[in-house]
Amino acid sequence: MSAPWLIVGTVPDDGFGLVQGACVWDAGKPLEDRLVVDGIAVPVRRGTPALIAAACAACAAMDIPAPLTLLAGDAGRGHGSAAAYLRLKENLPDLRPRGLTFHYLFPDMAGHDMVLLTALELAERPVLVADAGFMYAAKMSGQAREYDLFTPDAGELAFLADELAPHPFYTRGFLLGPQADTRKLIRRAWEAGDAAKHLLVKGSSDYVVRKGEILAEIHGPRTPAMEAIGGTGDTLTGMATALLMSGREVPEACRIAAMANRLLGQLAQPTPATPVAGLIPHIAEALRLAQRS
Amino acid sequence: MKLPFGLGEKKPGPAKHKGHDAAECRGVMAFSHTSEVIRAESVLKAAGFMVRVMGPPPDMRTGCDMVVEFELMREPAARRALSAVSLAPLAVAPVRAGMLEPVSLFQSVDFGQWLMVRAANMKVTVDKKTRVIVNISGGGCPDVPALAELMVGCTLDEAPAPLDRGQTLCSYALELAFREAQRQLPHEGSPS
Repeated sequence: MSAPWLIVGTVPDDGFGLVQGACVWDAGKPLEDRLVVDGIAVPVRRGTPALIAAACAACAAMDIPAPLTLLAGDAGRGHGSAAAYLRLKENLPDLRPRGLTFHYLFPDMAGHDMVLLTALELAERPVLVADAGFMYAAKMSGQAREYDLFTPDAGELAFLADELAPHPFYTRGFLLGPQADTRKLIRRAWEAGDAAKHLLVKGSSDYVVRKGEILAEIHGPRTPAMEAIGGTGDTLTGMATALLMSGREVPEACRIAAMANRLLGQLAQPTPATPVAGLIPHIAEALRLAQRS
Repeated sequence: MKLPFGLGEKKPGPAKHKGHDAAECRGVMAFSHTSEVIRAESVLKAAGFMVRVMGPPPDMRTGCDMVVEFELMREPAARRALSAVSLAPLAVAPVRAGMLEPVSLFQSVDFGQWLMVRAANMKVTVDKKTRVIVNISGGGCPDVPALAELMVGCTLDEAPAPLDRGQTLCSYALELAFREAQRQLPHEGSPS
């Protein structure tokens, strides 16, 4: 049996504790009960549960085992994230994952550095993917290039391109406005050492990037409402994770995931008021179409 | 006679007051957690202090953090106001170089029935007719999903302000987007 892939993130409930185990996505169950982690039902509304659900649905569509997950209850104070960081330090040497996807976690630099150091000390270096809060910490630590993939949106790309900003909240205006040039931001982020080896930049157009160079641009199909829906970035990172688990190289996994996420919009025909859970049932078909494109 | 190095020249701009620049009279308070900064800002504003949140200077950064900038000369009174609600800064220092300002740019997208407002990495989408928040997206800190659970489905009047419950800089960005949405979609009869 091959080494597992571990998704690490949070649920917005301080009482949830710390749960590590296998994920199950059962499309036949009521919406609230479809995602089960280590026997516990986790509602899929946005955030890490949306990422896990998308990864599980994509794995099922590709007929590969679902990922493992480490989920911490954390409503923002950072205690759950801190517990997850400690658990990773203790468990990664035994788990020896071949890949790690980090997501909504409190961006604490000391916690980040401890986890990254542990991962880099493993005998076989895992593939490292970071999004959301952990990506913020990775950039701020100055060790972004240790990562194989970041998946920023437009606002987060501007943050990566701002060598002074420790969080997107402080991104300087000249990098944030509508006049900001995505290509220049990508280049700037890489040259400052604040981007991972690969970026999947999600937006009205998606960009697959390696070492600051754009490898692919995906412009359609366009469903503008997708930008307003909380969790559409999470489904993208979830599908990219599943494609990496299937053995695809990072650029190909990103290109297929970006196309599939766009096809989700075309298949589900959402409005800006649609919840992300309404998109996930279309993942199998979207992936099938994207892999043919 | 022209003196070298600009000596003797009159400096442009308004005449300075005797004493320090305004910036030199400002200080920053650091706290143990972003949620305390959010509370401190609220308490100090309510007590009449002119304060704002800023990014800490590089040597004080730990991750998701910010400091409260305030009038340094009023430090004792500010400490008393904070002490009354059991808050105490970890450190107080004069303002110095390297501090960053929060975002102040907003981007709006009109979807016809819905309006989406973005501040930094946070987006809030509102039904223009009913003023109900229909979606919240973006962000990366763990309180964003918690805030979204509380706010989605509420009108702009009913929804809790993100800073009332939030803990992180993402909640602060969401607060800015929320306030901008309220400004752009005022309640009928309220001044715009």
